Amino acid sequence: MLRRAITAWPTLLRVGFAEAVAYRAEFLVWILSTTMPFVMLALMSSVASEGKIEGFDQKDITAYYLATFLTRTLTGAWVVWEMTQEIRQGTMALRLLRPIHPFVSYASSNLAALPLRGMLAVPLLVVMLVVTPQGLTHDIRFLAAAVLAIAFAWALNFLIMACIGCVAFYAESATSLFEVWLGVWMILSGYLLPLALFPAPVRAVNEYLPFRLMVDLPVSLMLGRLDGQAALTGLATQAVWIAGVGTLAMVLWRSGIRRYQAFGG
Amino acid sequence: MAESVPEARISVRGLRKVYKVHKRPPGLMAAARSVFRRKYEEVVAVGGIDFEIAPGERVGFLGPNGAGKTTTLKVLAGLLHPTAGEVRVAGFVPQKRASAFLERVTLVMGQKQQLMWDLPPSETFEMNRAIYGIPQKTYDQTLKELTDLLELGPLVGKPTRQLSLGERMKCELAAALLHRPDVLFLDEPTIGLDVSMQSTIRTFIREYNERFRATIMLTSHYMEDVEALCPRVVVIHQGRLIHDGPLAALVQAMRPDKRLVIRLSKEVSAADLATLGSVVKHEGLGVTLSVPRIHLADTLARAAAMPIVDLSVDDPPLEDVMRDLFARQGTAAV
Repeated sequence: MLRRAITAWPTLLRVGFAEAVAYRAEFLVWILSTTMPFVMLALMSSVASEGKIEGFDQKDITAYYLATFLTRTLTGAWVVWEMTQEIRQGTMALRLLRPIHPFVSYASSNLAALPLRGMLAVPLLVVMLVVTPQGLTHDIRFLAAAVLAIAFAWALNFLIMACIGCVAFYAESATSLFEVWLGVWMILSGYLLPLALFPAPVRAVNEYLPFRLMVDLPVSLMLGRLDGQAALTGLATQAVWIAGVGTLAMVLWRSGIRRYQAFGG
Repeated sequence: MAESVPEARISVRGLRKVYKVHKRPPGLMAAARSVFRRKYEEVVAVGGIDFEIAPGERVGFLGPNGAGKTTTLKVLAGLLHPTAGEVRVAGFVPQKRASAFLERVTLVMGQKQQLMWDLPPSETFEMNRAIYGIPQKTYDQTLKELTDLLELGPLVGKPTRQLSLGERMKCELAAALLHRPDVLFLDEPTIGLDVSMQSTIRTFIREYNERFRATIMLTSHYMEDVEALCPRVVVIHQGRLIHDGPLAALVQAMRPDKRLVIRLSKEVSAADLATLGSVVKHEGLGVTLSVPRIHLADTLARAAAMPIVDLSVDDPPLEDVMRDLFARQGTAAV
């Protein structure tokens, strides 16, 4: 099945892209729903005008939220909604009939929207370079690490969503649980506020959770706020979480599929 | 029940599937109570059935709504795990969903579609080519054959949402058969289609079966589908098998009468017609009589004295046979 997935991948991405283009209106709505960093940018910028906040001046704040928006744009996934709907309505059956793991087809359709997101990300990068030329690291090694961290963040986000999606095999809907997750994620990932602004105990606990790996780590790498050792540790931690959550997703899937009732005629 | 089929393509032994269903009475209070305490009850969808199907057979799988037909097909296609029993399809245990198994079967559900709604069917075809690892040359050849058989030419480039129901079903069939499966589970493939499109789909299914010696299990509420395609029928009622054998034997067992459909040249009294058999329908010069099979030859000889311009002998409608069969359930199995 793995070899088949690899050979089918380019076609899945191409068809997924065609689908993403067909759903361009939904894509624009999704983008609009992710503009929270700009709201926070306006608020925090105003606060920072009166002096540095935990080492962030106004330019740092601007760079932080632009990088946050960029990370969010490139790491978004929607597999939890697809899974919930398909499990509830029984249309998951059509995926199960195909000799390719549904996670692979979900991943390809989620990733296929990347070029569209890139159309938004590239101009944003240009804006970052113009508005805060010193905000973005000029060290190519850290930029490469940031790209890798974004890829890992996407994978982690996708797999966590897949785990939550599997809850729909057991409960009537998984989206309520995801809303709870999303609320905590917004706070503890650094999406709403830089983690440096949180009290030390919260930061200490957060070190052991996956949230910061999905926004704070890539953003910190982009902005050059980490040293080499911290960058490598961060990437390694992401890899460990991906392996753990990936394993959990497979376990939940295998167990859930036994309970699948394929409702709906 | 049917005898054991040598080298069965499909083998089902003691298949049982039980669903756990959340149940609550209507009303606000009941809804509030269900937040804290839920009552579940077990619903036996399939209650232990056995049958075998040989390679190349076309079998009608019949039963009223809720009989367990679709559940059985879903188990056979590997979508559902059976609660108990042993199932083999093409030598595989379906619920393990091995790639080699999925490449040999297909399930077409008349009420669900795999075509991507906003893209032309050609994109779904291309995606299936990649997923099933069909070599380009084989794919081109199969697609051409399917396009010719189903007359898909102008349809494959239009967005699916702009196709009619019948056009979509033809494209669904093509998408489901691109990998040339040799076991087809067809769940109401003609539902909602007009008479002409139903006939097209039937002809196609028969041709596919004859060409590739594919094993076909078909459920349909249209008895014309069953009569045209299925020499053998397996009938299920309330999760239990109540008939497995030739369609003709079922008809003969249930309705030991024949229909004489007569066209008269002039009016004949009802009393005279009743001497031939019981009158089912009498409208002007058109008459339908029901005659016991054993008296058929004698009745036909006596009918020669009537002013008949046309006469045909038919079996009773299959719908009537099935209605009688299900009505008898609860008293005895066939």
